[in-house]
Amino acid sequence: MNGFAAPETLIAAALVIPIAAAALIPAFFRAPNLRETVTLTAAAALAFVVWNLAPYIASGARPTLHVFSVAPSLDLSFTVEPLGMLFALVAGTLWIVNSIYSIGYMRGHNEPRQTSFYVCFAVALSAAMGIAFAGNLFTLFIFYELLTLSTYPLVTHKATPEAMNGGRVYLMLLIGTSMVLLLPAIVITGVLAGTLDFVPGGILDGKTTPLVLSLLLGLFMFGIGKAALMPFHRWLPSAMVAPTPVSALLHAVAVVKAGVFCVLKVVVYVFGIETLVQADASWWLIWIASFTVIAASLVAMRQDNLKARLAYSTVSQLSYIVLGAGLATAASVSGGAMHIAMHAVGKITLFFCAGAIYVAHHKTEVSQLDGIGRLMPVTMGAFLIGALSIIGLPPLGGTWSKLFLMLGALDAGYMIAAVVFMVSSLLNIAYLLPIAARAFFKPLPGAVEGKKVAIAEAPLACQIAITISAAACIVLFFAAQPIADFASSIELGTTHAESAAAPTPTVNGARSNGP
Amino acid sequence: MTALEPHLPILQVLAPLFGALITAFMSRGIRAWVVASIAAWAAAAIAGLLLIRVIMIQEPISYVMGNWGVPWGIEYRVDMLNGFVVFFVTLVAAVLMPYARRSVAREILPHQQAWFYTMYLLCLTGLLGITVTGDAFNVFVFLEISSLSTYALIALGQNRRALLAAYQYLIVGTIGATFYVIGVGLLFLVTGSLNLHDISGLLVDAYAIYPRPVLTALAFMIAGISLKLALFPLHLWLPNAYAYAPSTAAAFLAGTATKVAVYLLIRILFSVFGLSLVFRGLPIAEVLLILSGAAMVIASIAAVFERNAKKMLAYSSVAQIGYITLGIGFANQSGLTGSIVHLLNHAVTKTTLFMCLGAIAYRAEGMRLSSLAGIGRKMPITSGAFVLAGLSIIGVPGTAGFISKWYLALGAIEDGYWPLVFLIVASSLIAVIYIGRFVEVAYFREPCKEVADAYEPPSSMILPILLLAAATVYFGIDTRASGDIAAAAAAALLGGLAQ
Repeated sequence: MNGFAAPETLIAAALVIPIAAAALIPAFFRAPNLRETVTLTAAAALAFVVWNLAPYIASGARPTLHVFSVAPSLDLSFTVEPLGMLFALVAGTLWIVNSIYSIGYMRGHNEPRQTSFYVCFAVALSAAMGIAFAGNLFTLFIFYELLTLSTYPLVTHKATPEAMNGGRVYLMLLIGTSMVLLLPAIVITGVLAGTLDFVPGGILDGKTTPLVLSLLLGLFMFGIGKAALMPFHRWLPSAMVAPTPVSALLHAVAVVKAGVFCVLKVVVYVFGIETLVQADASWWLIWIASFTVIAASLVAMRQDNLKARLAYSTVSQLSYIVLGAGLATAASVSGGAMHIAMHAVGKITLFFCAGAIYVAHHKTEVSQLDGIGRLMPVTMGAFLIGALSIIGLPPLGGTWSKLFLMLGALDAGYMIAAVVFMVSSLLNIAYLLPIAARAFFKPLPGAVEGKKVAIAEAPLACQIAITISAAACIVLFFAAQPIADFASSIELGTTHAESAAAPTPTVNGARSNGP
Repeated sequence: MTALEPHLPILQVLAPLFGALITAFMSRGIRAWVVASIAAWAAAAIAGLLLIRVIMIQEPISYVMGNWGVPWGIEYRVDMLNGFVVFFVTLVAAVLMPYARRSVAREILPHQQAWFYTMYLLCLTGLLGITVTGDAFNVFVFLEISSLSTYALIALGQNRRALLAAYQYLIVGTIGATFYVIGVGLLFLVTGSLNLHDISGLLVDAYAIYPRPVLTALAFMIAGISLKLALFPLHLWLPNAYAYAPSTAAAFLAGTATKVAVYLLIRILFSVFGLSLVFRGLPIAEVLLILSGAAMVIASIAAVFERNAKKMLAYSSVAQIGYITLGIGFANQSGLTGSIVHLLNHAVTKTTLFMCLGAIAYRAEGMRLSSLAGIGRKMPITSGAFVLAGLSIIGVPGTAGFISKWYLALGAIEDGYWPLVFLIVASSLIAVIYIGRFVEVAYFREPCKEVADAYEPPSSMILPILLLAAATVYFGIDTRASGDIAAAAAAALLGGLAQ
């Protein structure tokens, strides 16, 4: 296990590389090619760093980087554990793909202010790394807010009144929930537990009553607005006014996954799943997350705007992971962690396709997509693959995480949750597959019957990115074992941790504390 | 150096006072500026030495004027708390000096510029005097010095409304000072002493014999000081005063004047009357908490609906003062630490904001938000500093404002005031709206005709702004200089008293 650098150095590098890129990008604002080279180099370097860090974590190391103390009990420190590593791998790797795509999209579309776009993007990535590696709630909170603030200029990039309104909702909901709910939750946790550190098994065991535990969980779950639990989900559709690369990487991967990552992290490392189960504090969360899964899917069906439909689909899929956290079993937590990766790859593919359609044909509504598969076979083929992965059909990556989540539901004795997962899959089919069907089977308006239409795809850079991410959906099905191992090596701090660590939990071990 | 060292407390006041005497005889603004700069930086250096000394010897420095012993003579007494206050007040005053030259040259008539610096130094003299003196009547003298010079500073504003604002403040300030001196008189009657430290020892017995005069004195003093520190709803003088004063004066007053008044309130409540009298027998804590809560919410909402950028910041100040008095109301270790550290954090933050507006006023016309449209593209550095300091007002982690709120929230929970935690964060949320309004106007609108020709101000203005903007981040990340001293000062205030 000899990496090219000490893990502590790698943690620092993961945080610094995007920031350094952000500092360097403005220097080349007159030379777009050099500017994009900086972004791509930084993305490649970041991916290299996180992939070098991963083997340490897989072999059981938990490197810690303590930077300094801001005040008593407020430490800026980073600790890498499997869950955070997984999130960092997803965000770091997809940044490369997304950067390739951005270049095609932004140039193909002649967007203004591209320099500040790439700067904010890099800062957002640094914030995502900070969230992934945060060693305590305070550090997590700093980077959580940084992520909101650095993505606000991206959401309002178009500077139209519509973009400004979207930006307002985005900022007020994300900052609002984090200030009004999350911050008090952190303060209360600090007072109750005497520490803000993430500890396997949680820090609140025996510190308070089940009722307070329930309320505190509520503050956390709604306070982490990025997880888009209803009724605080409105910011995500609002954020869709951003250019598509932003929607793709940030609002399908970095920002929203940061939200559900925080949810899992808080449940596992602050509350501890055993403490939650004993206090029976999360039953309400299961219901609210279930409601969000179904309700958001139903809303998605009614959206004609492609990006809005995908956004509501994301809201729904995020609550899978929240549901996994609420179920609080080994399998559901692993499934939630896996879903972070699986959904990320699938959804980024779908957003790439939506953006490609917009760049090539300026179409934004589902109803305009008749026959577009003939014009854009690569794009719509990739769309189909991404959609099937989201639905959770083999041979695509999304299959596994859904399976684990289902097992977790059965494990916890919540039949209702298992039903929700199944119904939701059906709804996924209902709102995603018709898009592909329309594109391939309906006639193209204005096309003459029997005559071959010329292919009109998006810029090459976009196509490359789309192909990579669609291929990744398939690869993840066959290469799911490492991810599953990773996800199940999350220390739950439970007394039966050894049995829980097995990648395929048995249905026989079901708990009987259902509603 | 060593010969002067015992005399640091009095030199602290004399440096700006002598500076003012010299500038008063000058006719040209630029010469007065040089003298004022030297005096302000000398005061800052002295304050730095004083603070280091207090921290090193770990007990208050006592200086008796003319060797007249306590309690007959005037004593200057510097401990952790006022050493800290003096330090940041002089620091703000000194950092403002390079900025002042260009701003004053533009905003004030040539023959009045020397007067401006005289008043500036006199105001600094008064504020420092209030802070270092240990004599109740001496406080009143310095209070008047600072107030009178402040009226003149405000009245030097370009807009004719500055005269009305100065007059308003004159009336209110005089009432405040009178109330204060009535309180001092009553205390003198019942204790026979004017030395604050001495009074605190005599007051327990005096209260047993004359409970009503003591309580009346307390009431007068609190009301008088509350007028000066603009405690809601006694803040009505403040928005106009800040809005129409010259930019440099507004930045200076926003950072220092109300902070010193808050210091005085803390001193009177905790060091003189003491916890047992103030907080056990009377509902002062409750009153403070209610008024502070109202300030945090109502003044913030007023800021949201304000069209003038300077007034918006002024209402924000009233809200931020609410945070400070909230911590005083908690009267526990964390709460009081939050209050004291917020004196510094808010001073740095709000001075930065007013300096940014001053820089904008230097290059563009008008202070209405609508006339700042597109300023973010014309003056990116200044606007960037404004947004950064704005984040500190909101209390985003990594900025100074967050540290204060953290301590205040801890203080609220320690005393079981759970709902107030939500009030603190709700006020932050309203701050998002009014800072967000500036961001939207400055960055998302096309530049309007008022800012069409604007560009970054000269580096003598930009560098001080960037220095203070960096300080708002620094004090949010490294709190050894701010939080630790504030915690020590709070511990001394709470621990050194008969509980």
